[in-house]
Amino acid sequence: MSIEQWVYSLPLRLRSFFLRHQVDEEMKEELREHLDQQVSDNIAKGMSADQALRSAMLELGGMTQIEQKCRDARGGSLWDDFVQDLRYGVRQLLRSPFFSALAVVCLTLGIGANAAVFSWVEGILFRPYPAVAHQERLFAVAGTATGENEPTDISWPDFLDLQRNCSLCEDWFVSKITGSTLSIGDHAEVATGSIVSANYFGAIGVHPMLGRGFEPGEDVGSDSHPVVLISYQLWRNRFKGDPDMIGKTQRLNNVPHTIVGVAPEGFYGTFVGRAMQFWVPASMEGTFESGGYKLEDRGVRWIESYVRLKPGGDRAQAQHQISAIAARLQNDFPVTNRGRGIGLWALWQTPFNHAGELLPTLEVMVVVVAFVLLIACANVGNLLLVRSFVRRHEMSVRLAMGASRVRLVRQLLTEGLILSTIGTAAGLLVAYWCRHALVLLLPRGLGSAMYLPGEMDARVMAMGAGVCLLVTLIVGIIPAFQTRHLDLAGPLKADSSGVVGARGRAWMRSGLVVFQVSLSFILLVGAALLLESLERIRSINPGFTTTSVVTTGIPLLAAGYDVPRAKLFQDELIDRLSPLAGVESAAFARVTPLGYASYSSTPIAVDGYNPSPDEQTEVEYNQVGPGYLATLRIPLISGRDFSRSDDENAPLVAIVNRTMVTRYWGGQDPIGRRLQVRLQRKDRWARVVGVVADSKYESVRETPRPFFYVPLRQDFAREPELNVRTTQSQASIRAALIREVHALDPNLALYEMITLQEQVNRSTSPQLVAVTLISILGALALLLAGVGLYGVMSYAVAQSTRELGLRMALGAQATNLLRLVISRGLRLTAAGILFGAVAGLALTRLLGNLLYKVSAHDPAVFASAFVVMIAIGVTACWLPAWRAARTDPARVLRD
Amino acid sequence: MSKPSDLLQGTLDMLILKILALQPLNGWAISQRLKQISSDVLGVSDGSLYPALHKLERRGWIRSEWKSSENNRRSKCYSLTRLGKKQLEEESANWNRVSSAISGILKLSEV
Repeated sequence: MSIEQWVYSLPLRLRSFFLRHQVDEEMKEELREHLDQQVSDNIAKGMSADQALRSAMLELGGMTQIEQKCRDARGGSLWDDFVQDLRYGVRQLLRSPFFSALAVVCLTLGIGANAAVFSWVEGILFRPYPAVAHQERLFAVAGTATGENEPTDISWPDFLDLQRNCSLCEDWFVSKITGSTLSIGDHAEVATGSIVSANYFGAIGVHPMLGRGFEPGEDVGSDSHPVVLISYQLWRNRFKGDPDMIGKTQRLNNVPHTIVGVAPEGFYGTFVGRAMQFWVPASMEGTFESGGYKLEDRGVRWIESYVRLKPGGDRAQAQHQISAIAARLQNDFPVTNRGRGIGLWALWQTPFNHAGELLPTLEVMVVVVAFVLLIACANVGNLLLVRSFVRRHEMSVRLAMGASRVRLVRQLLTEGLILSTIGTAAGLLVAYWCRHALVLLLPRGLGSAMYLPGEMDARVMAMGAGVCLLVTLIVGIIPAFQTRHLDLAGPLKADSSGVVGARGRAWMRSGLVVFQVSLSFILLVGAALLLESLERIRSINPGFTTTSVVTTGIPLLAAGYDVPRAKLFQDELIDRLSPLAGVESAAFARVTPLGYASYSSTPIAVDGYNPSPDEQTEVEYNQVGPGYLATLRIPLISGRDFSRSDDENAPLVAIVNRTMVTRYWGGQDPIGRRLQVRLQRKDRWARVVGVVADSKYESVRETPRPFFYVPLRQDFAREPELNVRTTQSQASIRAALIREVHALDPNLALYEMITLQEQVNRSTSPQLVAVTLISILGALALLLAGVGLYGVMSYAVAQSTRELGLRMALGAQATNLLRLVISRGLRLTAAGILFGAVAGLALTRLLGNLLYKVSAHDPAVFASAFVVMIAIGVTACWLPAWRAARTDPARVLRD
Repeated sequence: MSKPSDLLQGTLDMLILKILALQPLNGWAISQRLKQISSDVLGVSDGSLYPALHKLERRGWIRSEWKSSENNRRSKCYSLTRLGKKQLEEESANWNRVSSAISGILKLSEV
């Protein structure tokens, strides 16, 4: 049909489709009209009225047939057929409720798993920020430095220059995560918030529900604009939804802030993994960040920012322009910007929040759930195949009655559609319930603080619909193959008595089972590899002893302590804790290893060491109190630990780690040598007094790197973390700590207290999430594959009772039959494992960075997966085999 | 026995188009005209006429509208569309080519 014709007849076809009854009536009227004319014509020819009618009807032919032919000619009957198929299909499915329920459950699990992962991918990676406008043009901005793999933050002056000079960019804004002690009445807690540029709310298109956003200029100056916007949740829960909140003050880190606005419901800020509770302008940075006023310091890189490109903007072009600006900055400010670039990251790769961390896990998950879906489809396909065999009589009769094969296939597809629609609806519901489930997989404590919602938006729904169609095709087409083999005489013959696993139709069912087994084998291997990796990561020696150490903090800054008072407090607290029963040692440190806080870093210089021109000499360090090394049991190799006398009045000293000795002193003992560092923006020389063993600082997976310690007193921080090595239980040491803290100042509270072991565990949580997810889905896949194998074997046994009975009558023992059936099942399993192993060798590489010190082809892992799979195979075949062995030959032969 | 399937494929369609090219008619009139011009040779049953009409209408070659006839009865009146006119021209040309070829062959065998 030409396009012109198609367009021309479109109204007609639409009319046939939507006004079916009217069109039908008109057609009938037309035919009646014809009949009337013929009758009157006949009467005119001299027939009697009776005769005239009979003759006229004879001439026209069967009225009903003509009507149907006209309908077919009009082409409006497709819908009628569909409705008919639908009714028939529903009736068919209701007739075998067990089968239907099983199929729907399989599909629900398969589709639900997919929809859940899609919703996470959407909610965490693609559209992570609800209520934020045009996220498709939003990119994360981070710095790069030659010689460093990890992206860095950027400095405020660099940000301003980028904002001014990038013509391809629509909006630049800053959103840097921070925390604050929030005391309302007598209740204090830590709140998570963002330090933002003044244009933040305008740039993301979020309008405060109450009050206003920030005004231009509120991000200028030092602590000059103490204003805050609070989140809807905070307003509801902590301020009881008070509509008169605007203009009131709230202390944040002990600085009174004026509440100028309340963010709308459903807006959680712009940080993947956390729901923000408040926003303050960048000018208040000094109140929330350590390290003082930084807005005019180009060398201090601390902000996290985003950019939205102009509509139709090209990322590559924008990156080009931004690189050009960065190059100009290198030229203009060589001291701070040499070797520094600026890069764009897609939102799902954002380096400074949890998106990048979860990306590899979610990538693997997308593949895994696709596997699970395929396994579920194979299962349902198999069920339908078995049933279509049962229904071959019905099919043949329909063929014999003149139904076209196309019509039969359409019927089968309709049945598939019914199943997959129910499965999809249920699956989407499952996914909706599971959308907040990701945080449940994280370690307790960490999980409660995290916010990782799935997003069930139109795109996820569309994906669900797509999956539904795909499933319909797969599960509908599989039994449709069957109709090819249908011949009209077949069902009239006696029931063919198959041999267990005979050829013919069996190959397809067996093929499906082999397919399922291979897919689940791959998942099994993947899960085992990840588990093995987690095992190895967990067994990494972090270089310090994690047992019996608790870590916590005291919000001195928020309580308004100045530096001298904080120093005094810290010394007094250590003095009170040390003599307590069960306390071995206690020490402050600005950062506890493997936690969230980041270390300070400084460019260093060492006598006799000449760095190459491009070399980064930034080294991270920690500010620790006396006894810190002993508390964490970081081995001191030579020299001495810090002591109380290493204070602000004493000469600057440092303890370096072994890697640093190797790199900067050529492995020679550095005790007594000089190390130039930059503390509080002043270059100073420190004397090395000790060498310690390497340990892990930020991640257990990191490779050894240079690191050093300085006394806390000599580079002071008001809110260090307190580490206590104790033999007491966590609860009693907490009680003791609170008692001692209150003895010093009854108004102080404690931050959350966790053991160091827990902190280490938290640092490996992405790995844990991956392992948990793939284990759950792998188990699901195994279950489905087991059910599939069981179904095929039971069916084969049920179909071949005659053969089994004969064999038995001819002297086969029950054990022979048992072996026959199990070996047949195991052959299928083995074939599946073989394919799975081959595919697995190629696919496990996708796990990439999630694997740690485990080869993607680890033979032990493959072997154990093999054993598990065989065990599943034997289990699945056992019941059918047992049934086969109990065949009663007398009864079979009699039947 | 003359069933519509005995007609050359498409012949009925062409006849209907030809008849409607002369003037718009309703179904009854078309059937009378068919009988009249083909002197019952082609033996088109009324039963196959209506499905053919509906098919032609769906293809956009003819269109229909309800009209009141002289004795005040409503009847569905078919007329040729622009597309139908083109189709008729093509088919007649085709027909002429084929029939002249066939009659050429027949004459050949007479010689």
